[in-house]
Amino acid sequence: MRVEADTETCVGSGRCVLTEPAVFDQDDDGIVVLLTDRPAGRAAARARQAASLCPSRALRLMEP
Amino acid sequence: MTPTDTTQPPDQPFPLARSCPFTEPEPYTRLREQQPVSKVRLRGGEQAWWVSGYAEARAVLADRRFSSDRRKDGYPNPNGDPRFRERFRTQPPPMVSLDGTEHAAVRRSVLGEFTLERLSALRPRIQQIVDRFIDEMPACDSRPVDLVQALSLPVPSLVICELLGVPYEDHDCFQSRTAAMTRRTVPPAERLRAFDELQACLAALLTRKESEPGDDLLSRQIAQQREQGAVDHARLLSTATGLLVAGHETTANMITLGVLALLEHPGQRALLTEDPGSTPAAVEELLRFFSIGDTVIARVATEDVRVGGVTIKANEGVIVSVLSANRDPAAFDDPAELNPTRAARHHISFGYGPHQCLGQNLARLELRIVFDTLFRRIPGLRLAVPVDEIPLKTDATVYGAHELPVTW
Repeated sequence: MRVEADTETCVGSGRCVLTEPAVFDQDDDGIVVLLTDRPAGRAAARARQAASLCPSRALRLMEP
Repeated sequence: MTPTDTTQPPDQPFPLARSCPFTEPEPYTRLREQQPVSKVRLRGGEQAWWVSGYAEARAVLADRRFSSDRRKDGYPNPNGDPRFRERFRTQPPPMVSLDGTEHAAVRRSVLGEFTLERLSALRPRIQQIVDRFIDEMPACDSRPVDLVQALSLPVPSLVICELLGVPYEDHDCFQSRTAAMTRRTVPPAERLRAFDELQACLAALLTRKESEPGDDLLSRQIAQQREQGAVDHARLLSTATGLLVAGHETTANMITLGVLALLEHPGQRALLTEDPGSTPAAVEELLRFFSIGDTVIARVATEDVRVGGVTIKANEGVIVSVLSANRDPAAFDDPAELNPTRAARHHISFGYGPHQCLGQNLARLELRIVFDTLFRRIPGLRLAVPVDEIPLKTDATVYGAHELPVTW
């Protein structure tokens, strides 16, 4: 699975970081930073959860 | 303009009184099942669409064809104190009322203050504040004590004051005004005056921060604006007021209702005290269960939008029922049950879409610390009156309890 994060759309809710800190982080301005764009296993499952929680729909998942 | 669709007569009044803190008003279940987007009649007589389904609520809040601009014709005003509304017309629109790129720019200017890293650095200080107010709770001869005044209000008030950089000697000004604005025994005209006085306090504080900056949010906002050219006083005042008001009574009400629920459900309370690791999930469930902002989220359509089987026409108002969406069985199993171990994180108690609460993670942090600390430090805490005698904010904009008499 591949993850894309749209930093223009991100509203900095932090939901993704709270859901999977191994994949998502925030920069100093609160905007999403991807730590990896290819999570696997449990991290992939949690990245899916994060995408569904994201209030600005800034996360895109591309399944292989 | 009013809704023109004729699928349902618009005689359902909204908002409805929430006379029981634990159940949704009776018509919600029926309306949600029959028509997740239906019509209601607001107190002032105007009609609006009422979104009660979870999927429909998220669809509306994520759709940028719905505007948050409360100055637009058709924007519904369910709680309608027109005098407060007039204030908004004469001042720069607050962040919650902005759309699109204008909203994004203002939100991004303060977003850095609310990152998880920054909040995590606040944790020890919030813990100290909570400990201090628990230390100050009266000895047994002056019990029962009202938890609202002793803990629920002062904790978030002091936290937000310190974050903004309100000096200690000004805390009274802020705390007395914010308290007056939210107390039902204070007449409306006086509450409005309290709001104006609060703004005056904030304006004076901002002027002082310009010449004597500190290590605080407002000083950093001033510095940031200087870097970008000039200090926009009106915008700063609007941001400061918004943060103070939004971050204060809401958290206070959640503390009060959360404590009430956990006192009424000793098994769930035991769960928390035995395993502090279970608190974050419990906080999410309490946020979902009480949905205190049920009447506050509104939009106006900027063009015709099809949602939930109806067409919302341009300039028609929409109210998103947070409580109903959070009690939708399509999104939560056994939604009427308070179950702190459920996965409830997808609730919309902080809203959804680009306006989702800026301070949500600060609120989460405060709630976790309060619940963990209070029940650990006062294990014998109990209600001092029967639960049905607790005065609830049945008709307030933000749901809660006016008082919570407790003893131990």
